[in-house]
Amino acid sequence: MGNGSFEPKLVGFLCNWCSYTGADLAGTARMTYAPNMRIIRVMCSGRVDPQFVLKAFKEGADGVLISGCHPGDCHYKEGNYKALRRHKLLSKMLDQFGIERDRFRLEWVSAAEGAKFQQVCDEFTEQMRALGPLNLNGGINEHSEA
Amino acid sequence: MSTAKPKVAFYWCASCGGCEEAIVDLAEDILKVTAAVDIVFWPVALDFKKSDVEAMEDGSIAVSFINGAVRLSEQEEMVKLLRRKSGLVVAFGSCSHLGGIPGLGNFWNKETIFNYAYHKSPSTENPDRTVPLEETTLEDGKVLTLPKFYDTVYALHQVIDVDYYLPGCAPPKHLIMNAVMAILEGKLPPKGSVLSPNKSLCDDCDRNDSKPEKLAITEVKRPWEVEMDNETCFLAQGIICMGPATRTGCDERCIKGNMPCRGCFGPTDQVYDQGTKFLAAFASILDTDDEAEIDKIVDTIHDPAGTFYRFSLPSSILRRKRLETVK
Repeated sequence: MGNGSFEPKLVGFLCNWCSYTGADLAGTARMTYAPNMRIIRVMCSGRVDPQFVLKAFKEGADGVLISGCHPGDCHYKEGNYKALRRHKLLSKMLDQFGIERDRFRLEWVSAAEGAKFQQVCDEFTEQMRALGPLNLNGGINEHSEA
Repeated sequence: MSTAKPKVAFYWCASCGGCEEAIVDLAEDILKVTAAVDIVFWPVALDFKKSDVEAMEDGSIAVSFINGAVRLSEQEEMVKLLRRKSGLVVAFGSCSHLGGIPGLGNFWNKETIFNYAYHKSPSTENPDRTVPLEETTLEDGKVLTLPKFYDTVYALHQVIDVDYYLPGCAPPKHLIMNAVMAILEGKLPPKGSVLSPNKSLCDDCDRNDSKPEKLAITEVKRPWEVEMDNETCFLAQGIICMGPATRTGCDERCIKGNMPCRGCFGPTDQVYDQGTKFLAAFASILDTDDEAEIDKIVDTIHDPAGTFYRFSLPSSILRRKRLETVK
């Protein structure tokens, strides 16, 4: 595939209460994991506007992760369920844009699951490396035909 | 022709002609317009040519109203010419404002569209497999040309600088007259404004009172699948209505005709991407937290991209389907 030297760019929206703390735990516990994820802390996975996801793809992300508290554990009671419903519908829509479903991932990571965060980062990075660059900005979306 | 009346041009690009119809539908009010301005170019109604426009001084047309999206090289050339000759350019109607219905072509490309239109569509009879070519040489050596057909459809502001936007498919009469009068009286809002109120359709909707405290959708139905109640909020009936993510000002023409909003006015100023904004709102009101149940409801939403971006695909964040995945 010639993707040997390709380093995927990943954007991760992590909720303040569980997943960001989980990522922090991975750090303080000195777990090593792929450095490809650019983390953006949000107050809740339900705060992630689908516009953010498209913008991330548009600006060069090869994969986007939303990560929040496990079902039932949301600090705001049901924000993560909103994230879940949006993830399902947005994944279906991204398909129609030719953006593979695997590129848009939703994971529940609690504040105690540093190891899970490590595993998600490694797995997602390898998966995107195999899938190759998204290359949305390869000239096709700008007015360049004339 | 030495009147001091401001000069006005109308032009159409990739459009259906409905916007031209909207101007004709001004009925007697068009007399007010023609009394105040000189129409110097209007291909659908008047016999002026491109050369007439070329002969005008730059900036001499007070305002050009351009409808339709840009998908051909000819359209690009014409709008660039009109931009040079005009003081103001108003994008007239959804296609010009957002990309519109022709903008749904951005799920395809030139090759797939030609293949369907000239070969595969059930109503096509084309045994010689003739397709339009940009250049054809005749037997006598003469060369005929056609405009280039782009892979991607563009909203007007993606091709030229646009001063104002008149939304709608087609723009309603009162908004057209307001815009024309504002221009004539020099009472224009800041450049780049959409000439319609900046709030969502639901704000003005007659059915807003019938909306329950908490909308909860368990199944999504399309208008033809049910007998629609003509007083209740469409979303409360499980019918996709783009009202929450769409700008108002249309006078609820569709709602009054008992049809849900399809989003032709585009988003409000606060929203960049109408489709995902609607998606966010709509997914939030699906009435279940269970994964399998969510999957089941999502299955009943056919063509989310085409529905949520029905009028705004070219001006959305992604603008089109990834070209390399179009088959």
